[in-house]
Amino acid sequence: MSLTLEEVRHVAGLARLSLSAEEETLMRTQLSAILDAVAELSQVDTSTVEPTSHAAGEVAPWRADEVRPSFPPEKALGNAPAKVGTSFAVPRILE
Amino acid sequence: MSVADFQPVIGLEVHAQLLTRSKIFCGCSTEFGAPPNAHTCAVCLGMPGVLPVLNEKVVEYAVRVGRALECRINPVSIWARKNYFYPDLPKGYQISQYDQPLCEHGGLEIDTDEGPKRVRILRIHLEEDAGKNVHDAGGGESLVDLNRSGVPLVEIVSEPDLRSSTEAGEYLKALRDVLVYLGVNDGNLEEGSFRCDANVSVMRKGATQYGQRVELKNINSFRFVQKAIDYEIGRQVELIESGGKVAQETRLFDAVRGETRSMRSKEEAHDYRYFPEPDLPPLCIPAGYVERIERELPELPRAKLHRFIEKYGLPAYDAKILVGDRALADLFEKVQAAYAGPAKKLANWFTGELLRLLKEESSDLGALRFSPDQFAALLKSVDGGELSNNAAKDVFAEMFRTGRAPKDIAQEKGLIQVQDAGAVEAAVDAVLAANPGEVEKYRAGKKQVLGFLVGQVMKAMKGKGNPALVNAALKAKLGD
Amino acid sequence: MEPTELSMLELGRKLGSGELSSVEAVRACLGRVELFDGQVKAFLEVDREGALAQAEAADRRRAAGKRAGPLDGVPVGLKDLFLTEGLPTTAGSRILEGFVAPYDGTVVKLLRAAGTPILGKLNMDEFAMGSSTENSAFFPTRNPWNLETSPGGSSGGSAAAVAARMVFGALGTDTGGSIRQPAALTGTVGLKPTYGRVSRFGVVAFASSLDQVGPMTRDVPDCAALLQTIAAYDPCDSTSAPVKAPDYLADIEGGVKGMKLGLPREYFELPGMDPEVGGAVEAATRALEKLGAELVPVSLPHTRYALATYYLVAPAEASSNLARYDGVRYGLRAGDVANLLAMYGRTRDQGFGLEVKRRVMLGTYALSAGYYDAYYLKAQKVRTLIKQDFVDAFRTVDAVLSPTSPTPAFRIGEKVSDPLAMYLNDVFTLPCNLAGLPGLSVPCGFTRANLPIGLQILGRPWDEARVLRIGRAFEREHDFHRRSPPLRAS
Repeated sequence: MSLTLEEVRHVAGLARLSLSAEEETLMRTQLSAILDAVAELSQVDTSTVEPTSHAAGEVAPWRADEVRPSFPPEKALGNAPAKVGTSFAVPRILE
Repeated sequence: MSVADFQPVIGLEVHAQLLTRSKIFCGCSTEFGAPPNAHTCAVCLGMPGVLPVLNEKVVEYAVRVGRALECRINPVSIWARKNYFYPDLPKGYQISQYDQPLCEHGGLEIDTDEGPKRVRILRIHLEEDAGKNVHDAGGGESLVDLNRSGVPLVEIVSEPDLRSSTEAGEYLKALRDVLVYLGVNDGNLEEGSFRCDANVSVMRKGATQYGQRVELKNINSFRFVQKAIDYEIGRQVELIESGGKVAQETRLFDAVRGETRSMRSKEEAHDYRYFPEPDLPPLCIPAGYVERIERELPELPRAKLHRFIEKYGLPAYDAKILVGDRALADLFEKVQAAYAGPAKKLANWFTGELLRLLKEESSDLGALRFSPDQFAALLKSVDGGELSNNAAKDVFAEMFRTGRAPKDIAQEKGLIQVQDAGAVEAAVDAVLAANPGEVEKYRAGKKQVLGFLVGQVMKAMKGKGNPALVNAALKAKLGD
Repeated sequence: MEPTELSMLELGRKLGSGELSSVEAVRACLGRVELFDGQVKAFLEVDREGALAQAEAADRRRAAGKRAGPLDGVPVGLKDLFLTEGLPTTAGSRILEGFVAPYDGTVVKLLRAAGTPILGKLNMDEFAMGSSTENSAFFPTRNPWNLETSPGGSSGGSAAAVAARMVFGALGTDTGGSIRQPAALTGTVGLKPTYGRVSRFGVVAFASSLDQVGPMTRDVPDCAALLQTIAAYDPCDSTSAPVKAPDYLADIEGGVKGMKLGLPREYFELPGMDPEVGGAVEAATRALEKLGAELVPVSLPHTRYALATYYLVAPAEASSNLARYDGVRYGLRAGDVANLLAMYGRTRDQGFGLEVKRRVMLGTYALSAGYYDAYYLKAQKVRTLIKQDFVDAFRTVDAVLSPTSPTPAFRIGEKVSDPLAMYLNDVFTLPCNLAGLPGLSVPCGFTRANLPIGLQILGRPWDEARVLRIGRAFEREHDFHRRSPPLRAS
């Protein structure tokens, strides 16, 4: 298989997904299959090709430096799972 | 510890907030000091469905900085996503620039013990700032304020050309001065609008390869820059001398203890997974844009310094103080133009009385109550003998506080010296007549009684006699 | 005649003449929702009160002689990834369960300005990742033509609601075929416009360089009219193009005489294509030939790499777009967590379904250190070649024809545990997203089992008018679009 369990765990860590052992195994199998399938891209000669980083052809204009109304606190924090005053509250971050 | 056997190698990364009214990708205000999350909207909160739109002023300011620092402005530069998770980073990625930044390959001149030195600048790019995490003193929580999320930043990266903490301090000050001169940043290290990280390594003198560099973060004042770097240099040298190896890591400066310590990182070096930002087209600078910005650049601090020294014949020390603040330098030149007298005299007034009063009254040049012409007039009165130097200081202080004309103040306070030859003569005659004994003594050779006689005349004239005239008149009458 | 038998434009005309009221139209829709949605399960949220209020406002405008436009008062539905202020928006995911949008997306604002009452939010594959609506965190939607089968995805709820006449029209989004494929599977019309034609501001993002909003309707003129409402430059979207939209209805009946229509060899040679689909589409191409078009064989040589390209680019962008769902500011937050890291991990593990996790993992991997060049960058380069294929083809033809989907509607449960098999549903639709082109699906036949088949029409950038014209030319000679699914009241 293309992926090791170690690699699956590493990627899950980067993506902040706490996978169960079962999910890890499933991911390993399925992702490996997908990666095998996409490996055929290496056959394509792209030595003289530029990547399509941007889909839109036209360039949109910039915005003027004007202050626009911000959200009132009810809107900014309306969906907050936890808050203290008008701040979002999260479990303590360790430095 | 033989630090002297080692050569420090230092590079600085500065993040400076740009003084635009609104954020880089949305219209929220950038004003500092609002209650938490008062300046947020769907975009800078990273809500589902939002998209960034670039603020044109950000581009203008960045190009100003780029040209002031002699960089090449890339006609096309690319926005990139820097991906990592942190509560103050609402989208889970920062929009920044990675490959193909806006500005490259410039430099900034600083003064060192060996003379002026050009510190090369590798690149300058644009990015958005993150919000702020505050650790809640009470509960086991952290509080997130996203007012700062989306404030525009330029990141200025120097080459590792600095060779001491002093040079690093000079570079930082010079850089700060340029940004403040350009009006794009307020140079406030303490408030966080101007941040500095340092990359420090050491190599044995004569070695051909750089040593392992360490990143220092959390340097919150200009004072700490040198302290932090010196500590780190010492630490690395000690480590190497005792047979250890310098690890590649990020260290925080602990201002309380005056030392750097390793950051407890949850994982190894971040994998930021940079890729071109699909929501923003490449940043294309239109033809003629850079030239227009260049034409509008103000005279920069170094250039002004050199010019002040040459044009006004000022010593470097004085010139540096004047040039340190663009408004101060501008005022100096306005007053000097009206005064047209010895520039050093005026400089002394600036570095002495003016700065003292500004500090005492905690005011700034923007709120100055008197005009350049008034200041010039004051100095002319001193030169012309109308006011003694001390009297002039009194008048100046009043002028500073009220903005009234110096002549009016002097008159009101009775400070104007009497210059009328007749009045002086009359007073001198009177004093000589009243002090025959002293006159005898003087004529007999005791020249020191002149001082007493001058004093008497000044007393009779109620202190308003022009000392020079009084002196001359006395001498003349005494037959000298 | 049942009001819901009318097309959007037909209803619009009757509303204008006063023959019908918008309130009646909304009630008729709500009536069908009551009768059929228990079986079809297209809706995640029905906004009865809101829709009636909007309908009343439309009727008042009409009475005052101040109609907002031809669609003023015509009820529509929205895929649940359009942010609608005050209403829930879930993107089909548990991680946004309970999330109430604090703002209206641009397209929603445009619909409100056009006066179309919004009946509710429609089911979808979670975060638009899927081709069957089975990846919805809530429940699968069923195809009105056969309730055992899928309506396709990810805009399955929108397609089903239109097909079942529970709404007159709907908006969906299309990243790899998510409008066109469900349209084909439900016998409706679906258009993915040129990339940049319609604003993405206020649309939950899946893959930023591929996503586009588009109309889903029962016939082509409706599709044009609904497109007209939303095709506008938006200063809130930096990928929105400052290109003025033409009048899409002006020339829609113009026919195909003299047009050159390309038949890409690689599309018709695909193994795994259902023979009934192939047959119906070939018949459709010949019908267009009879109407005066010239069929021209063309080659799009990099077609075989489209799937791999898409399944690297889209998940990579998605892995970054979905990083914001972290439990900090909105949406689900896992309870009982010891620290921040645990909060992130558990929230996202609980909140995201399997397909989303799979794509986030794949995308993260494709962007990660050491793999970026071989995967993401490589895919973006092959993408350029795929785009170039079309540029070359459009030198000799005006549009490209193909089946929309290789198979008709498949049974629910049939493909969901085999990701690669599921991905194959999009082989014909993906290249169009990669190239940023407009693509239309129109009904062109039925299988013996009475399941719809769709014809896909791809055009040059900004050439929606032509693509619609071709679709209309075919449509008006046939009655596939007028047939109704055999739904029985539950």
